Amino acid sequence: MKHIIVIGNGMVGYKFCEKLVALPNYSDFKLTVFGEEPRRAYDRVHLSEFYDGKTAEDLSMSTASWYEENNIDLHVSEMITEVDRENKTVANHRGDKYNYDTLVFASGSSAFVPPIQGIEKEGVFVYRTIEDLEATETYAKKLKAEGKTEAAVLGGGLLGLEAANAVKNLGLNAHVVEFAPRLMPRQLDQGGSDMLQSKIEDLGLKVHLSKQTQFLQGDKAIEGLQYVDDTELKVDMLVVSAGIRPRDEVAKECGLEIGTRGGIVVNNKMETSDPNIYAIGECALLNSMIYGLVAPGYDMAEVVVQQINGNAEAEMPSAIDMSTVLKLIGTDVASFGDALNFAKEEVDEITFENKRTGIYKKINVTKDGSKLLGGILVGDSSDYNSLYQIYINGMKLPENPEDLILGSRGGEDGGLLGDVMDLPDDAQICSCESVTKGQICGAIESGEANDLADVVSCTKAGTGCGGCKPMVKDLVDATLKSLGREVKDSVCEHFDQNRQELYSLIQVKGYTAFDEVLDNHGNGGHGCELCKPLVASLMATIHADTANKEDTIQDSNDRFLANIQRNGTYSVVPRIPGGEITPDKLIALGEIAKKYDLYTKVTGGVRIDMFGATLNQLPLIWKELVEHGFESGHAYGKSLRTVKTCVGSTWCRYGMDESVSFGIELENRYRGMRSPHKIKGGVSGCIRECAEARGKDFGLIAVDGGWNLYVGGNGGATPRHAELLAEQIDNETVIKYLDRYLMFYMRTAKPLQRTAAWQDRLEGGIEYLKQVIIEDSLGIADDLDKEMQTLVNKFECEWTQAINDPEMMKRFNHFVNSEDDDDNLVFVPLRDQKMPEPWK
Amino acid sequence: MENILDNYKTVDTNDVKVWFEAAKASNFPKDGGACIKYKNKQIAVFNFAREGKWYACQNLCPHKMEMVLSRGMIGDDKGIPKVACPLHKKTFSLENGENLNGDMDAIATYPVKIENDVVYVGFTE
Repeated sequence: MKHIIVIGNGMVGYKFCEKLVALPNYSDFKLTVFGEEPRRAYDRVHLSEFYDGKTAEDLSMSTASWYEENNIDLHVSEMITEVDRENKTVANHRGDKYNYDTLVFASGSSAFVPPIQGIEKEGVFVYRTIEDLEATETYAKKLKAEGKTEAAVLGGGLLGLEAANAVKNLGLNAHVVEFAPRLMPRQLDQGGSDMLQSKIEDLGLKVHLSKQTQFLQGDKAIEGLQYVDDTELKVDMLVVSAGIRPRDEVAKECGLEIGTRGGIVVNNKMETSDPNIYAIGECALLNSMIYGLVAPGYDMAEVVVQQINGNAEAEMPSAIDMSTVLKLIGTDVASFGDALNFAKEEVDEITFENKRTGIYKKINVTKDGSKLLGGILVGDSSDYNSLYQIYINGMKLPENPEDLILGSRGGEDGGLLGDVMDLPDDAQICSCESVTKGQICGAIESGEANDLADVVSCTKAGTGCGGCKPMVKDLVDATLKSLGREVKDSVCEHFDQNRQELYSLIQVKGYTAFDEVLDNHGNGGHGCELCKPLVASLMATIHADTANKEDTIQDSNDRFLANIQRNGTYSVVPRIPGGEITPDKLIALGEIAKKYDLYTKVTGGVRIDMFGATLNQLPLIWKELVEHGFESGHAYGKSLRTVKTCVGSTWCRYGMDESVSFGIELENRYRGMRSPHKIKGGVSGCIRECAEARGKDFGLIAVDGGWNLYVGGNGGATPRHAELLAEQIDNETVIKYLDRYLMFYMRTAKPLQRTAAWQDRLEGGIEYLKQVIIEDSLGIADDLDKEMQTLVNKFECEWTQAINDPEMMKRFNHFVNSEDDDDNLVFVPLRDQKMPEPWK
Repeated sequence: MENILDNYKTVDTNDVKVWFEAAKASNFPKDGGACIKYKNKQIAVFNFAREGKWYACQNLCPHKMEMVLSRGMIGDDKGIPKVACPLHKKTFSLENGENLNGDMDAIATYPVKIENDVVYVGFTE
């Protein structure tokens, strides 16, 4: 059995393991991995999301049990300090020795810290590992507590901008300081950099170009940057992101050939100067270059796996593609091929710039207009995949190459590429994972995969940067279609339609009863517990009906307008908008709970829940509640629950606006409306965020000049912070955007899909939502506004409705042939109240 | 608690000794259920109005022993009439009581007949 030792457990090291494990003869190998970080390999590309609420575990490349399941001996927090090439052993920092047959260096790189005077001062950090981020975060918190707010990032490259975004997410004012006269100097030209600069400056970041730092000011801690041109920038913190330095110390120590400026020298088979040792990723010096991107690193891992497996032909291509597409600080940036014309060929440059919308595009085409050599996209990279395919496959250009970035003007066109199926089979669709069109379509044609999720899991396409996902989806759909198969997310056996299709049918045909929908569009039968509540919810959303309309198709809680509890009794939750309640109403709740012997508790949504009511008691309790001015809290419905508020400027000495008043207005506006799932809101009077608004489906935070509106947050099993939809808007605009957001969600989400999951799966995410809601890109804003206004106008409290209608009241009897109550109920005492007897 | 289950045994139409007059048909919701009381028994009665068919079963869900099935939603599973328990959505065939989405023991079912708009449920005693 051949023993392979991998030094380093970063993204490339992990990818090597993944590819080796996938070999059919993997059992011929023994694999041991050493990583000096305390955790398993994680996604460094998305490191800034760590401050966005993602945990180290979220960023992890694999599950905790993956290494064990695949017989990989993983040693974390263990640093290899010595390689004995003669005896083929490695030793860790404790001196433990391990024999190897093949050694793979995947030791990566460390942040390059330029030797600037004073760089050792307190408050200077690098941006590389989760530990770096944690240290930065701790320091940032300390600064903020002292009222200090300014932080600089040294380096305006790709990683520097990511770091700046991270610093901004920490709540500090971020300054990007770059030596070159432009941002991302390796990828962008001046025009692209200018556009990117103006976009990120709009978001509050400051950019300082052509600045060379002479020394760091301050005694113990950093207080500022002194530039060589005699100007200065006062900052309280510095994050250095000025490039990377390959981790080659151990390789150098054991006598492997090292480049003059660092990096383990390898040939195109990724072999070092010792044929038993390979180097891959950012520690490897290939063609006198360090490739600081994930995609080439993964290709190197593949080459080594092939070499180890006896395929001596496997080697890196002579030209390594450095194309990138990413979202930096909310801005699309892409660069592909020879974007800056390093080859100094005779080219025609075509540029398009729209300062109003913040879009810059440039392509380089050959003088004869036959080939695309490279290009840059800033502000809108939606054409990246198509342009990249045209470039990488050397495809023929349209008659007017400018159509590639201007779009063909006039006439219906199927996009730049025409039909994705026209691409050659060996066209690389996912460059991170080197997946070709042939592999994607083949997975479906062979029957190995049946849908997008299958294709992603068996080919790994789209699991890297994710930039190719739209194209993978198009290919999957087109292949399925060509096979005569249609994939449907149909509701259940009674309907072939999905939720959105049923929504349209009910809206267009105006159906008001379940049977009409089932008879006209279903597959017969009686319906079931999946389609009935769905159709009920859709009809409620479309016609503003209450759950009393057709009670037997409602979900069981909606049918009895209360939440069924463990023993079949119910809980009662009246609405307390914004959490504001008078002492008299509080007393009334207390009296009623006492009278019916109900267990009471303040809910997670800060209202008062009364438990233990029998079916027979529900209308009696509600009659009293309604008399005291309460109405249904819809705690049982897939509908608006609460809008949680902090006390705001009415009382709070920090409050910036009246969060309670606005919270009440919003809760009353959206009460009762039926949606795909429950909806919660929050309104905070200042950025201290006491109402936890960013953990809600919609959240508002009062800031100087208005409200910041966040959408798509969630607590629950998968917590997610809401994303910023609009800033500094007034009450009227908040309502306008929220109306549209909620209505759009109600129209398009899947059944029982919360806003967070819906937003996550929405193609284009929050930026797309901004276009739809703020810019009305779909031209539906008027409809959304009107539909929501109808719901608001038609609101009726369903409990008030029920207690005033003898026919409806019949529903609330445990027996149809007796006045008796359920005699099966047993309660036991609990802290001066009661609870149902525990389940056996 | 287990013995409460012993109170419910499936009754075949041929073995019916007592046709209990439960209530007027109009007291039962269309395409839904309601509970009737017979001696010490709670029986869920369901009105499948789309086909004019009626079914009855124990009101007790055998999963957690709660009297709730009559409040469950009804429908069909590939043509088999069923009820879904409102607590955890366990589904049971109303033809033979079989648990359709799990392996719990079958629930007891009872014959139902409608005469002159009155609902009768059949028992052996």
